[in-house]
Amino acid sequence: MTDYSLDRVPDLAPSARYKFATRVMPLLLLALILLSIPLFEPSRTWLSLFNAIGINMVFALSYNMLLGQTGLLSFGHAVYFGLGGYAAMHGMNAIENASYDGGFWAAVPVFALPLVGFAGGALAGAVIGFPSCRRSDVPFAMISLGIAELVAAAGFMFISVFGGEEGITGDRMNGIELFGLSLGPLGDVYWFIAFWTFVGVALMYAFTRTPLGKIAQAVRDNPERVQFVGYNPNRVRYLVFIAAGGFAGLAGGMSAVNYEIFTPESLSVIPSGLVLLMAFIGGARYFAGPILGAVVLTYMQSNLSDYSEAWLLYLGLLFIGMILFAPGGLAGLLLSGTAALKHSFSVKGLLRVGAFASSALLAAAGVIVLVELAVRYSNGFGEAFEPFGLHLAPDQMMSWMVGLVLAGVGIGALKVLSKQGGMGS
Amino acid sequence: MSALALQLKDLRKSFGPAKIIEGVSLDIARGERHAIIGPNGAGKSTLFNLISGLFPPSSGQISLGGKQINGLKPHQINRLGLSRSFQVSNIFANMSVRENVRCGVLWSLGYGHSFWRNIGNLKEVQRKTAEVLEKVGLLDKADVPAVLLTYADQRTLEIAITIAGGADVILLDEPTAGMSHSETARAIELIEMATEGKTLLIVEHDMGVVFGLSDRISVLVYGEIIATGTPEEIRGNARVREAYLGDETDFAEVTA
Repeated sequence: MTDYSLDRVPDLAPSARYKFATRVMPLLLLALILLSIPLFEPSRTWLSLFNAIGINMVFALSYNMLLGQTGLLSFGHAVYFGLGGYAAMHGMNAIENASYDGGFWAAVPVFALPLVGFAGGALAGAVIGFPSCRRSDVPFAMISLGIAELVAAAGFMFISVFGGEEGITGDRMNGIELFGLSLGPLGDVYWFIAFWTFVGVALMYAFTRTPLGKIAQAVRDNPERVQFVGYNPNRVRYLVFIAAGGFAGLAGGMSAVNYEIFTPESLSVIPSGLVLLMAFIGGARYFAGPILGAVVLTYMQSNLSDYSEAWLLYLGLLFIGMILFAPGGLAGLLLSGTAALKHSFSVKGLLRVGAFASSALLAAAGVIVLVELAVRYSNGFGEAFEPFGLHLAPDQMMSWMVGLVLAGVGIGALKVLSKQGGMGS
Repeated sequence: MSALALQLKDLRKSFGPAKIIEGVSLDIARGERHAIIGPNGAGKSTLFNLISGLFPPSSGQISLGGKQINGLKPHQINRLGLSRSFQVSNIFANMSVRENVRCGVLWSLGYGHSFWRNIGNLKEVQRKTAEVLEKVGLLDKADVPAVLLTYADQRTLEIAITIAGGADVILLDEPTAGMSHSETARAIELIEMATEGKTLLIVEHDMGVVFGLSDRISVLVYGEIIATGTPEEIRGNARVREAYLGDETDFAEVTA
């Protein structure tokens, strides 16, 4: 048919250097970070934060296989996290029983439980995805919401499987020890989490480079056209759905070992909403976006709640702000910021970025003052908001003015700056 | 093996009370270049949608290379060797030109839903993609995101995706719509080259293109084919002149 010989057609593949810089380097960097964290001898608090971040990274990336890669908006992804986690939890208890009675589970190390979670999540994805992947867009989203409610309700009903409100608990220090890790101390658990985080991230990245991963992106862009290059978009969605369920289950398995407890709440729409926020705020368009989102949101969740009881409000504001002004999420902001600097590294460019950052900071400070004052006012204890030694009492007009002025000036400056041509583009 | 690439038998399609296609029968031989012309609203695009499986026909038969395909889904029909383009550019906007064409290549090379292979290591896929890109002249724009292409280049990419899978029967829906004169000339050259040895069914408004390109022409008016024949026969057909333009002199001029 064609007589193009091999050497006549140019090689379109990117250079080896480019491939290394964009594909291998980020993974090596992740491995390096994971390996070097224990060198800083983090406290128990930090270690448990890192463990939570690792779990959420895998969970958020699995969610983004649907949202960012395939264009499927799910409101019930925690179902697969939870079912995978429950599978791992039952596995953990089976290992404990087998350590007395022997049997198949005696040969399974607790370290490998995330694989049980993967199987559980993928199986749940295969069963639930079969009907729900026949639809896309809004019907798919609605079905996912319905299923989340349904499974969470079932979780509270079927006590022998899900343990009712208290959930089921286990003990991770049983069975075979792998890599000399007893999984007793938190430091051991860190290595367990780090290992599976890396495996999960690397495999999900590899998935984006496979024929199925590429066709999934094509389905996201244009499902109609995909039909006319020989693919059934529903089938593609279904296969990705199973894989995403599997990786969510992997994260669930990590969580089961980390916390040694699973409750039916973990199946509900609340964690499903949180993982959606992680992917969106981090940047669903980029592979690394959900990783950033998981880091920032997990940190906020565990630390911001110490500083302010209004932290959920800030989370909501951050989400809305991101959707409105930075649809590329944190990853998009970082990329466009560095691209702008690289493109025109000038004093003027730096000043612009600086001006943007400080106006945003002003606006944020204003909003924070207003929110904190409002919270204290509604509490009615007469407590004042005291940032940096300032005394802002909610019953004084002056305090509110400070907040309003800060927010007004910041937002005004942002408007002026963006009218002058946006952030470097 | 049937000598006919595509055969339509008394094909009908109605949407509710509206009868869009009313008994179309057509035999298209292997390697034939067949054009379908007709006034706006004649049902040309609907006919394409029936053949390619986007809509199921209300009644009648469609066979592709002797095999019945009515009622099959678009992806099944595509796998049997029929590929189509769209009147409005229907590409993968957020992917690069190279990735667009690669999507068209994957199934035909048997990589289906594979999730255990690195797409970058599939030499066969890369070679075929590069071949198609070179053929249509988009090689230098391989890494440009499809959404940033000019209109004419997007139309070209549309054709590139359509031929990438190596289908034997190609359906092109107004490939030169909205193109300038010089762009049209280039597009025709491309179509002739890309469909060499293949069966081509084309809907086109530009009469110069139709009469220059086709072996045979069918005229579709209000869901019925009123005439089928060589360009000479169609040009001389009084019924066509009347039905198509209502003005004999005009029709003779544009088809000259």
